[in-house]
Amino acid sequence: MAHFTKATSVKDWLNQRLAVDKVEKVMASEYWIPKNINFLWAMGMVLVVTFALLLVSGIFLLMYYVPTVEGAFYSVNYTIMTEVGYGWLWRHVHGVAASVVFLIIYIHMFTGIYYGSYKKGREMIWISGMLLFIAFSTEAFSGYMLPWGQMSYWAGMVITNLFSGGSLHADFLVEWIRGDYVPAQAFLGRFFMLHVLLVPIAILALIGLHFAALRIPHVNNQDGEEIDFEAESKKYLDGDKAGAKVMRFANDFMSKDMMVVGIYLIFFFYLVFWNYSFAMDPVNFDPADGLKTPAHIYPEWYFLWSYEILRPFNVDLGLALFGFAQVIFVFLPFLDRSPNTVPANRRGTMFKVWFWLMLSNMIVLTAMGKLPPEGVFSQIGLVAAIIFIAQWIALPIITSMEKKV
Amino acid sequence: MENNSRRGFMGKAFGAVAAVGAVGSLVAMKKTWDPLPSVKAAGFTTLDMTTYEEGVMITEKWRGKPIFVLKKSADVMAKEKGNAAAEARNIKVGNDNFMVAIGLCTHLGCIPAFRKSEGDFLCACHGGQFDASGLVIKVPPPRGFDIPPFKIDGNKLILGEVGPEYQAMKDNGVTL
Repeated sequence: MAHFTKATSVKDWLNQRLAVDKVEKVMASEYWIPKNINFLWAMGMVLVVTFALLLVSGIFLLMYYVPTVEGAFYSVNYTIMTEVGYGWLWRHVHGVAASVVFLIIYIHMFTGIYYGSYKKGREMIWISGMLLFIAFSTEAFSGYMLPWGQMSYWAGMVITNLFSGGSLHADFLVEWIRGDYVPAQAFLGRFFMLHVLLVPIAILALIGLHFAALRIPHVNNQDGEEIDFEAESKKYLDGDKAGAKVMRFANDFMSKDMMVVGIYLIFFFYLVFWNYSFAMDPVNFDPADGLKTPAHIYPEWYFLWSYEILRPFNVDLGLALFGFAQVIFVFLPFLDRSPNTVPANRRGTMFKVWFWLMLSNMIVLTAMGKLPPEGVFSQIGLVAAIIFIAQWIALPIITSMEKKV
Repeated sequence: MENNSRRGFMGKAFGAVAAVGAVGSLVAMKKTWDPLPSVKAAGFTTLDMTTYEEGVMITEKWRGKPIFVLKKSADVMAKEKGNAAAEARNIKVGNDNFMVAIGLCTHLGCIPAFRKSEGDFLCACHGGQFDASGLVIKVPPPRGFDIPPFKIDGNKLILGEVGPEYQAMKDNGVTL
C-alpha cells in the first residue's frame, strides 16, 4: 500500500489520492499548442461548446417528449412548445445547434484539408474525426425522426429504403431495421433509443479518441512546420516565453479559444431567438401521414451534397456513388500521396485547384440538392456529381506528381 | 510451466463460455429487432372492386402501405394492346380491368402523385414517372410498381393472400 501522510490542505489531500496537480499539467498547463495559428484553430472548442448545448437542451426535452406514434407530435408541438416553461427555448436551441454543428464541422474539416492536418502522424486525428462525422450524421437523422411529422416519416422511409441495396431487393433487411413494413411504433421506439442513448455514448467515446489522437503528433500550425515540442516547451518553461514556438493550452490558448467561442455564441443565440425557422422545416409541422408524400422531399442542408450525388443516376449506380461519397473522406490521408504538409495554396497549382474546386463543387451540390430535380438543375447536378467523383479518383495521381516544397 | 498450461486452459475455457454467451446474445438482439407477431398478423385487406369508377385513382391501405387502384378506361386498354409488359400486369375482376399496385416508387419509396390530365404518376422525390399500367416511363425507378399479393374472390380482391393470378405474375417476373 502507498504511504499517505496527514494532509496539509484540501488540495494536498486530493493530490495524494488523485494526483490533481499532475493531471492539470498533463491536460492543460503543460499541454503545448503552437503559437502560429489563427481563429480556425478554435473550431474544436466551438464544437465542444455546441455539443454541450445539444446535450443540455436535449436533457430538458427528454423529460417531456413521448416516444409513441400517437403522442410524439403532440408532445413536441403542444406540450413542449406551449405548456412547458421555456420549453420553446430548449427546442430552438436543440434545433439550431443540430444545424449549426454541421456548419462548424464542415469548416473544421476543410481547415484540416487546407493545412494538411491529416498527414505525418496526424492520420488518426482525421480518421477519428470522420468517424465522429458519421456518428453525428446518425444522431442528426435519428433525432429528425422524433417529432414524427411528415418530413420525419418520409425521410425515415427513404433513408431506410437505401438498405434494400437497389437491385439486391433486401426488403427483409429494411423490414428488420424498421421492425414493421413501414415506419411505425417499433421504428420510432428504436430510433428514440439510438438518439438518446447508443449514439451519444458512441459520440462521447469518439471525442475521447479524437482528443487522444492529438496528444502525440500535437496540433498542426499555419505553415505545417514540424515543431520539436519537447525543446520548445523547455524553452518556454526556462523563461523564454517570447522565443518559444509554443504556448500553454490553458490559460494561454484557451483564452483566445474562448474569445472566438464568445463571438460564436452571440451569433448562435441571435439565430435561436430571432432566426430559428431555418432549422424548423414547415412541412414537419404536419403530423406523419403514411398515405401522403410531401410535394418535395429533401434532407436538411448538411446532407444535400451527398443526396445530390444519389439523385441523377439510376438506382444501383446512384447508391454505389452515394456510398462512395459517404466513406471516401475517411481515406483522405492515404489518397493524398504528396510528402508536403503545407497549406493547399503552396502545394502547386494542381492541388490548389483541387482544394478550391472540391469546396465550391460541394456548395454547388448542396444548392442543386435543394432545388426540384427538373430541367437545367438536373444537368448541373449531374455534372457536379461527376466532378466530385472524378476529383477523388484524380487525387492520388495529382498528389504523387506534386513536387516537394 | 505447469502454471502456464493451467492459465492457458483457463483462458480457453473462458473463451468458450464467452463465445457461447456472445452468440446467444446476438441471436436475442437480432430477434428483438424483428417485426412483432402482431405486426405480421395484421396483414390482410379486402377490396370490393365494384365500387371503383373508371379513370379515378383511389388509394387504399395494406400493411401500412398505400395501394393504388385504377379502373382502366377503354382508351387505356386500347393503348395497352400489343404491349406485353403492360398486358401482363392487368388484373381482371369480372368484366373490369384494373391496375392494382403498391403505391411506392420503386426507387426509394416515396408516393408518386397521380396526374389526372396526363393519366400517369410523377414522383416528387427524384422525378421518376410511371404510366397508367404502372410501368416506368422515366428513371431513376428501376422497375414498375410492385404488385401486392392478391387473390380474386368473385368481385372481391383479397390483398395479402396469394391467388393463382398473382402466382403467375410472380413466376413470370412481372412483379417481385
